[in-house]
This record gives sequence, structure tokens and C-alpha cells, in this order.
Amino acid sequence: MSENIAMMEEQFNRRIAEGETIEPNDWMPDKYRSQLKRLISQHAHSEIIGMLPEGNWITRAPSLRRKLALLAKVQDEAGHGHYLYSSAETLGISREEMFGQLHTGKAKYSSIFNYPTLAWADMGMIGWLVDGAAIINQTTMAKCSYGPYSRALLRICKEENFHKKQGMEIIATLIASGEQGKAMVQESFNRFWWPTLMMFGPHDANSPNSPDMMKWKIKLKGNDELRQRFIDMTVEQAQAWGLTVPDPKLRFNEQTRSWETGEIDWNEFNAVISGNGPCNHERLNVRRTAHDQGAWVREAARAYEAKHRRSSETAE
Amino acid sequence: MTPLSEYLLSLADDRLILGHRLSEWCGHAPILEEDIALSNIALDCIGQATFLYEIAAEAEGNVRTPDRMVYFREAIEYRNLLLVEQPNGDFARTIVRQFLYDAFGISLYDRLQTSSYAPLAAVAQKAHKELRYHFRHSSQWMLRLGDGTDESIQRTQHALNELWQYTDEMFIGGFPAEEVIGSGAAIDPRTLRTGWRNSVDTILSRTALTLPEKDIRMQSGGRNGRHTEHLGHLLTEMQSVARSYPEITW
Ligand SMILES: [Fe+2]
Ligand SMILES: [Fe+2]
Repeated sequence: MSENIAMMEEQFNRRIAEGETIEPNDWMPDKYRSQLKRLISQHAHSEIIGMLPEGNWITRAPSLRRKLALLAKVQDEAGHGHYLYSSAETLGISREEMFGQLHTGKAKYSSIFNYPTLAWADMGMIGWLVDGAAIINQTTMAKCSYGPYSRALLRICKEENFHKKQGMEIIATLIASGEQGKAMVQESFNRFWWPTLMMFGPHDANSPNSPDMMKWKIKLKGNDELRQRFIDMTVEQAQAWGLTVPDPKLRFNEQTRSWETGEIDWNEFNAVISGNGPCNHERLNVRRTAHDQGAWVREAARAYEAKHRRSSETAE
Repeated sequence: MTPLSEYLLSLADDRLILGHRLSEWCGHAPILEEDIALSNIALDCIGQATFLYEIAAEAEGNVRTPDRMVYFREAIEYRNLLLVEQPNGDFARTIVRQFLYDAFGISLYDRLQTSSYAPLAAVAQKAHKELRYHFRHSSQWMLRLGDGTDESIQRTQHALNELWQYTDEMFIGGFPAEEVIGSGAAIDPRTLRTGWRNSVDTILSRTALTLPEKDIRMQSGGRNGRHTEHLGHLLTEMQSVARSYPEITW
């Protein structure tokens, strides 16, 4: 029996090494399945929790055009969540179960959404930095070995690119409008820069369970490499806008042709991912409340469906 | 302001305020599918409002921009129906509010497609298509909630009882001005009442819901800027950023 499994696993590893994708009905090692469940549901949760910091400004967006664009963006994120929960379901876990994990704090989601949005400029900053960082992570992950997730990511990345553009346009407009607008952008940049760098996760040396995931192509690049790619891209954009990166140790390394930053505050990072960031409680409470207060609605929809299924059966 | 531009403004205000209310659900809906659907409908409403403000501004002679109309008018200058400014409450109340408006909006915008004022007819064509979807969505939820569980029936009945007082306002005469109706630009709201009542009855007859008592006192005043207290708070929030930084272009 175990010999059999060892053989299947060997074949499975070979398929992945040869660049094949794994589909829901294919055999897969239990650990592959559980890692993917965790990964995809975490991503889905991030989309759903990610609706809250931006949703916070929909009712205050300062022009009709911005209001429409922001609402459409947050709706996209809901769509991403929806799509990803469906992807995860192909692995044999229900949406209800995933919500349960989120609401009890068992499941993680992107640390960045545990920071508050305090100014309108944050809507630009999130598009530019947060969607920007997500794009780097996700375009890499789109080459992962699990078919449904890979396809979901391709589709999602297209929209994330649009979000990033939209965010950059908000920033550019604010900066162009004068000192007041530019100051709002700089203040927001100061708050979001470091938390965005944390989005890429711990240093590779401190990142558990990577080797297996690398072999199975459900992790394709190291956290540090992706973070560096983001830093190089973003520092240059910040300079082009005349913004100051809030890092006194930032310097350009002529040899590596790349920007070196000071050290990330890992104490803060650990606090946030273990549930003690500025908005962790707030975000989860909002989700729990929405879910709990919606229980009677879901029940009514189920009761209605059951009634009408029954009546259409008796009519036959 | 001309009688025509004031009419256009009232149509725009209805769509904006209802869309704004729906957008408050974003991230808080009872099902993920409804986060998506309610945002979609909110987007339609605010999108239609944007077009309507544009043609209202044009009809005024472009003395102010649509954003100026939205962000720098006081509650007493808003012309929307009282119904659309009512708070979301629970999901039942939001659905009832939406259903009562959609049943009216769908025939209003159907008729406006042949408005003699061409810019309005053009907006109405797009709006009518979207409203058909909105009406289907709110009707379906009226059925589910009104024929679901005891709790959903009771909540929905309560919402219907509470909101019924704001329905008469959709159909009373005196606004828009006779000349705007006479020119064929506007629809006389009095002519929409029977069709609306039929649509409402048809859906309710398939549920356990009943219409409230006949002697409920009907409220009105939105078309003259006599609103409920809720609108002021909605606007305070909506206008806060735009008014805090009048120098910034967004
Ligand atoms: Fe997303
Ligand atoms: Fe996004």
C-alpha cells in the first residue's frame, strides 16, 4: 500500500517537474492538497478582508468618477474572493468551512489589511503599493502547478493591473493638484511603505515549509527576491513623483544595481500576523457580524428553494 | 435653474442617493454573491446619476459641474424622493426599499425612453435596461424573503409597513412643472401609479406578505427639499472630503 503511494508520488513529482499542471481529479499527495487549500483560501480571505479598508472610503470618495471607480474596484475584489473560494472548493473544502476558519482566527490573510485607511490618498496608495505588490506575488504564482489556481490568478492579475493603474492615477492627480495634495500623498506613503514590504513575508531563512512547496511548484520564488523586485520598481516611481521613501538607510548599491533598505520591523510583522495588528480585531469583527447578521437571509433563501423544489416535484 | 433642469436634477438625485445607500453594503452583505450584486446595482445607479447630472448641468447652461451639484448642495437643495434616502436597516429593509423603487423606476424609465428631450431619452434607454435587471433582483429577493422562514417574513413585513408611507410621494402631482410634462420631456408621475401597484401586487401575491393598512399617513416633501433627517447625515459623510479640500482636484 505505502509502496503504491510512494510510486504515485514519484509519478506526481515527475509530472510537475515536466511542467504539467495538476487538475482537481488527479491524484495528489495529502500534503500538496492541504498546502494548496491553505494557500488558496488565504488568498480568498485576503480579497474579502481587503474589501474593508477601501470600502471604508466608498461613501466619501470626493468625485463621482472616483466613487464609481472605487466601488468597481472593491467589487472586483469580491469577485476575486468568489472565484478563489470556488478554486479552493475543487480541493474538497466548502466555503462555509473556510469562513469558519477565517472567523475563528485559524486562517490567515494578508497582513496589510490590518492597517487602517485614514485619508483619501490611501486609496491611491493601496492601488499603487498593495495591488502592485500583489501583482508581483501573483504573476509569479500564476505559474504554479495547480491548474484551477493558476487560471484564477491569470484572470485576477489582469484586474489587479488595472487597480494599480487606477491607484497611480489617484496619486498623480493629487500630486499635480498642489502642495496640499502632495502632502496627503507623502503622509500616506509614510504609513504604507513598511507594511507593504512586509506583505512579501519573512526572510527566506525564516520562512518555514518552503522546500516542499518549491518542489511542487506552489511556491516559485523566494520572499526576498520578490520583495527586492518590488523595492527596485517602487523606489524609482516614488522618486519620479518627488516622494521621499520613509527609510533613512535607503541606498543604491552600485554593484548589484539595486536598492537596499533598512531592516523591516519584524516585531511589528509578527504582532500583525499573530492577530495583534492595528485592525485585526476590527476586521474580523466586521466579517463575523456580516456573516452572523446574514444568517437569517441565507436560511430564508434555503427554505424558499426547498419549498419550491418540493412543489415543482409534486407538480410533476 | 429651469423647470427642466430641476426635473433632471430630481431624477439624478434619486439615482445617486439610492446608489449611495446600496454602496454602504459593500463588504457587509449576508452572502458574497450579494456583495457583488448590490455593488453592481449601486454602480448602475451612480452611473446613471452621473449621466443625469451631466445633462442637468447642460440644461442649466453649464453654470456648475456635476460634482459641484453633488458635493456642494445642502440637504434642502436635494430633490430626491424620501424613500431612497431611508437607511439600509437590515437586508429586508434594503430589499423592500429597492423593490418599491424599482417597480416605479422600471416604468418611469421605460416611458422616458421616448422623452421629447433627446439627451434624457438617450440616458433612459441605458437606464431602463439596467432597471430591468434591478427589478428582477429585488423581486426575486422579495419572493425568497416573503416566502422563506417565519423570521424573514416577519422582517420583510415590518420593512414594508415602515416604508409604505414613502411610496405615495412617487406619484403625486405638482412636480415636475406642468410645462415640462406638457412639452413631452417629463412623465406625469400620476400616470405611473396603477402600473406600479399592479407590479407590487403581483409579486406580493406570491408571498405571505400583506400590504399595510390603508389609513397610513403618507409622507412627501423630497421634491421640495423637505427631507427626513437621514439625508443630512448621508450628505455630511459623502461631501466631507470634497469640502475639506476645496482646492484639490481629484
Ligand atoms: Fe484582488
Ligand atoms: Fe486589487
